[in-house]
Amino acid sequence: MAELNTGGGDEKGKKVRSKKQNSKVDLTAMVDLAFLLITFFMLTTSLSKPQSMDLSMPDTKSDVELKIADARTLTILIGENNKIKTYMGQFAVPIEAPSETTFGKDGVRKKILEKVKSVPIFMQDPKKGLIVIIKATKKANYKNIVDILDEMAICKVPTYAIVKIEKAEEELLKN
Amino acid sequence: MSKVKMSKKATSIDMTAMCDVAFLLLTFFILTATAKQPEPLPVDTPASTVQTKLPDTDLSTITIGNKGTVFMGIKGPDVRKRTLELMSEKTGINFSEEEKTKFGLLDEFGVNISQLKALLAMKNEQRNQAGMQKGIPHDSLDNQLKDWVKLARTANAELHEKQLNFAIKGDAKEEYLNIKKVMDILQDQGVNKFFLVTGLRNEDF
Repeated sequence: MAELNTGGGDEKGKKVRSKKQNSKVDLTAMVDLAFLLITFFMLTTSLSKPQSMDLSMPDTKSDVELKIADARTLTILIGENNKIKTYMGQFAVPIEAPSETTFGKDGVRKKILEKVKSVPIFMQDPKKGLIVIIKATKKANYKNIVDILDEMAICKVPTYAIVKIEKAEEELLKN
Repeated sequence: MSKVKMSKKATSIDMTAMCDVAFLLLTFFILTATAKQPEPLPVDTPASTVQTKLPDTDLSTITIGNKGTVFMGIKGPDVRKRTLELMSEKTGINFSEEEKTKFGLLDEFGVNISQLKALLAMKNEQRNQAGMQKGIPHDSLDNQLKDWVKLARTANAELHEKQLNFAIKGDAKEEYLNIKKVMDILQDQGVNKFFLVTGLRNEDF
């Protein structure tokens, strides 16, 4: 109906052949556009929700003092410039004297994993696991705190808490 | 000798399948998209291996970055609006209905309450300029963050009958002291459990 007949009109008598149309459409431009839009949407979406870590702090209002065996507590001190020290027991009478270590799998994680295993055996009760006390100075890096909390999750430490640091411990971290 | 004729290769490739795939992906991305909101205080969160996700509702995010600058965000426009109403009752600064609606659309803010009116009058791009918002005061002289936290909890309890959760989104390089200050404000009100927003990494570090 609305077709244009190309070709000479002077060939009378011959059958009017409709010209074979090219069935292929060039899709290149369309694909270009589609990919451009994909890229745009990929970059502007926030597909994944941010990860988060639960943290429960000890109640500041209750004065309940818990009595825990010294042999169960591992204290981790975190100072500025990624300094980290650990000791077992009480600061005044440590079972294991404070020693410097490093962040990551070769340093503090080895220590925690070892204690997670040894403490219940030492206490002769599988329920009495390791208790880690985390103490950080004011100048400590937030990343380091999260790193240590992460170690708690990796090593599956049953109990841990962030506690205020003592003066003497701050002094220890300085040298 | 006859010449070896090179067979002519077709220069056009069939794009149909490629086009199909591209549009399928495009549709997927459009449907799943929730546009990323520009953050007034961009922070680089530390990484962890923990894979729990943040809840979608009943959440307030406190962002700490840039040497102790504190920003606060509350999920849900209705809770935000109610919080502002409670806050205006407390401080005596009146906000018009229009300003309240605008505040309901604001994801995150970090200004002194006395400057909030000016902030609401600004355009979006202006608001998100670096250095435009100086952070919510939270020292012992003028502890506005404490009021915001308290009233946000009240508002959420009123509207949703649920506890408001708190997430702390700290910059990795921030000093512990600044984080601790915010934690203390929360703990003073009996919020002992909060989420720390982190990135993802594997255990091998």
